[in-house]
Amino acid sequence: MSRNIRFLVPLIIFIVVAAFLYKGLSLNPREVPSPFINKPAPDFSLQKLDNMSEQFSNKDMLGKVWLLNVWASWCVACRQEHPLLVQMARRGDVPIYGLNYKDAPTQARQWLKQHGDPYVLSAVDYQGNVGIDYGVYGVPETFVIDKRGIIRHKVIGPISFNVLNECVMPLVKVLEQEDPQIVPTEYKGVEGCA
Amino acid sequence: MRVKSKLIIVLLSFVVCISTASVWAKEAQPMAADPEMEKLVNEISKELRCLVCQNQTIADSHAALAVDLKNQVRDMVASGKNQQEIVDYMVQRYGDFVRYRPPVKPTTYLLWVGPFILLIVGVVLLVSNLRKRRQVIADAPLSTDESDRLQSLLTTETSAGKNSGGEVKPS
Repeated sequence: MSRNIRFLVPLIIFIVVAAFLYKGLSLNPREVPSPFINKPAPDFSLQKLDNMSEQFSNKDMLGKVWLLNVWASWCVACRQEHPLLVQMARRGDVPIYGLNYKDAPTQARQWLKQHGDPYVLSAVDYQGNVGIDYGVYGVPETFVIDKRGIIRHKVIGPISFNVLNECVMPLVKVLEQEDPQIVPTEYKGVEGCA
Repeated sequence: MRVKSKLIIVLLSFVVCISTASVWAKEAQPMAADPEMEKLVNEISKELRCLVCQNQTIADSHAALAVDLKNQVRDMVASGKNQQEIVDYMVQRYGDFVRYRPPVKPTTYLLWVGPFILLIVGVVLLVSNLRKRRQVIADAPLSTDESDRLQSLLTTETSAGKNSGGEVKPS
């Protein structure tokens, strides 16, 4: 190695390390990539919150694009995204179904009365078993599920205005174009979700 | 009066201590009936990461999710599942991240082998540098002029009785 470029070595090492650290700092360690993306949504059948004698199953939703939003009355971050969900429901953008996670049904109903109910219905996951099946580790989480019952995206934490407009809604539009009869060779996504 | 109120405070805090202790006792986790089985549950729990407090295993963590997952492990052990099946079950739901020990597979080769590669590169560089340096040192004997000067300097210093250590370098 010539003496002239020798002094560059520490600089190059510094740049490489700095690049890795910069990238690392921009990642969110709380965001664990879901192994369910582009896999079938796990099956469940649970009581409906507003009518406990009836059951709701994810299979009821085959043929539709829908959101499964995991929420609870004890969840503080849920309050943050809630007005956005209520707005979406009012506009009729996409059907939102709730998974009421480890919550007392009476408190959950009270909470919906107080904050507004954006859900077509909520399923009661009192024990949290369906939550475990879906790999839920923090509330809220929102799954975007396509017509064939495949989970296409998962939003961890409260949905923000930006995530809604740049990821969730564009993705829903793409999914609504899909024909449920055709098994796609490759799953399309949208840039905003990457 | 003062003594009395102090006494009451002491008594009250004692009562609070006892009552919280009983609350803890209530919240203690159900144990598998068989201690052998509980040992296995613990062993498996130590291999699984708590996704809420990510630097803890679900054996260490008291987060609600960790407790749920540990109960799930206990149920699965009770129904006769082995360690591999239980870990697979968790990985299927939470991804490889749930494993405290990352698996060896193409995406983690760099993680597993990287430190050893760096170590080898470091050792190679160190050895080659040391060799080069030894050559540099061996290749620089004093010229006749220099050794004469050194000799004269040494004798003057000794005769003057001075010690100016460090000023004269042999090369």
